[in-house]
Amino acid sequence: MKISGWGRYPLVETHLVSPHTEQDLRDHIAKGCIARGNGRAYGDSAVSTATTLHMRRFNRMLGFDAHTGILEAEAGVLLEDIIKVFLPQGWFPWVTPGTKFVTLGGMIAADVHGKNHHINGGMSGTLTWIDVMTADGSIQRLNPDDPYFAVTCGGMGLTGIILRAAIKLRRVETGYIEQRTLPAPNLKVALEMLNAAQGATYSVAWIDCLSKGAALGRALIMLGEHAKHSALHSALHSDPFALKPRRKWTMPMAAPQLLLNQYTARAFNAAYWRAGQRKTEPALTDWDRYFYPLDAILGWNRIYGRHGFLQFQCVLPHKTAEAGLEALLQATSDAGLGAFLAVLKQMGSEAGGISFPSPGLTLAIDFPNNRNSLKLMKCLDQIVLAHEGRFYLAKDARLSAQTLNASDPRMAPFAQMRQITKAGDRFYSAQSRRLKL
Amino acid sequence: MSVVLILGAGSDIGRACAHVFAAKGHTIQLAARTLDQLTADQTDLQLRYGVTVSLHVVDALETQTHSDFVQALPVLPDVAISVIGLLGTHAESIKDAASAVQVLRSNFEGPASLLAALATRFEERGSGTLVGVSSVAGNRGRASNYIYGSAKAGFTAYLSGLRHRLFPSGVHVVTVLPGFVDTAMTEGMDLPQRLTAQPEQVATDIYHAIVRKRNIIYSKPIWRLIMGIICALPEEVFKRTKL
Repeated sequence: MKISGWGRYPLVETHLVSPHTEQDLRDHIAKGCIARGNGRAYGDSAVSTATTLHMRRFNRMLGFDAHTGILEAEAGVLLEDIIKVFLPQGWFPWVTPGTKFVTLGGMIAADVHGKNHHINGGMSGTLTWIDVMTADGSIQRLNPDDPYFAVTCGGMGLTGIILRAAIKLRRVETGYIEQRTLPAPNLKVALEMLNAAQGATYSVAWIDCLSKGAALGRALIMLGEHAKHSALHSALHSDPFALKPRRKWTMPMAAPQLLLNQYTARAFNAAYWRAGQRKTEPALTDWDRYFYPLDAILGWNRIYGRHGFLQFQCVLPHKTAEAGLEALLQATSDAGLGAFLAVLKQMGSEAGGISFPSPGLTLAIDFPNNRNSLKLMKCLDQIVLAHEGRFYLAKDARLSAQTLNASDPRMAPFAQMRQITKAGDRFYSAQSRRLKL
Repeated sequence: MSVVLILGAGSDIGRACAHVFAAKGHTIQLAARTLDQLTADQTDLQLRYGVTVSLHVVDALETQTHSDFVQALPVLPDVAISVIGLLGTHAESIKDAASAVQVLRSNFEGPASLLAALATRFEERGSGTLVGVSSVAGNRGRASNYIYGSAKAGFTAYLSGLRHRLFPSGVHVVTVLPGFVDTAMTEGMDLPQRLTAQPEQVATDIYHAIVRKRNIIYSKPIWRLIMGIICALPEEVFKRTKL
């Protein structure tokens, strides 16, 4: 059957199975496979030209220590379930990506980062151990000081099948976030404001990637802190973790191509910016609306039509960030390709292996999948290379091996390591084949 | 909160039922042939839903142990759901008598015997619901799976009779005919997506059937139509088809 990632491109012919036992997994390893969580990687990271192992049946929570906040769970457990179970007990994940519909295994494989990366780091820093089934079918328990731990976190499932992990949760007093929105009229100010907000727990900027001239890179800086119990309205005191019922919408089908073009996208971005400018008062937002605004629209990936969409995400080091971002935004704005979800955020320290985050600024932009977008993204690749940036594999569907290697010297040794350990013969995705990893 | 016993708790539909009922706050009794897999499920259910979960060993084919098994349960459950079944390999079941007997016993004799042991106690108490997961394969014997199908036909008839017998005593019986379900039993088969239910859907349907006192449920309503047509075909026509 043919499946894809969240971007609905590319569609890859694969043999999709949902194994039940570790022995099932072992049998599949011999024939070549890649593990897949909830399919939220955008491109072809979690689909193999051989067998794709849907890990949904490995979804048990195995134990929780209420003193340390350490949860042991199987890789297929959804982040949504972790929050549902443990937030009412006063615990929240240290690191969360922009959707709660990801699995624990997927979060580890991509070494995901959240809006607090600049102070709390990425997913790998919240783990006390992981269990991985390696090329020979044996199961290794890896601690953070183990070299194979470092390459497995962020290793995109290419080092083995992540089976279980122990993840630390953080104490929170409520399920609410105190949010502030600061408008920035252009890129320079946006970067200054992000820099000034180093101390904020959560910081991220929505950026208008279609604005032009003096307004290039105008942005809304969104800062957030876990709300203390005393900050809540008294009506919420008895149940500080309660969630206001939230209406769920479903995209019933792929949107017609006509709906999304540079005019609608420009109009949307402009309207969003004006709305954000008006709402600068600090406000309390519940965790679901704050961290996962798009989760309210089930299947939002269909908004981009039946050809799907592509996300471009890179990180640029501080010293080149301003010039590099300006060039990236200028090229995007000039091309005028429909793109309304552009996000800019600061990153903290680097983890090991081939993990994506590194100190600097990361920019993510969505494009509808078409020939012009692919052409533009090739130009963006060159800008990233010229500014010593690197790319996020969990978002990628179309990089070339050459570009990847030019951007990131860690990739070649990683590919070599895969040859030596035989992981390369056993674990491969459409992406790893394309990128020659 | 009431107590729900799941027979065949290691199966996908069994696991899904455990989640649906635990999420509603019910105490759960998980029963299966071996406990290896179930201890992780027990912890998982307790962590997720904060309910009490107990584990019990029972072999559907060891029928002489069934009344002792029911006797030994910490409390007599309010609801018992049998998801016990064995598809086997039809080609093998046709040729090999021992395999055929195994399929017949696992789908009919075993679950019927277990429900019988529970039925007596439920009848004495004058309350409770028994749920049997049977199959649309039992609605008409077909060349492609009649060994499994005939055992399920027997089980469906058994459930019908049990419902008839227990009605005056206030005990309800639900017959579940799920159609294709995406489980370990059907792994590797090329099933049409529109006709295939997820185990979670079947479990939710079972929950609603118990609450609403439904008698016979199909998980995908289209199966009622499909089986209606298959059953309505005259035998002269039917025997010439390939189904």
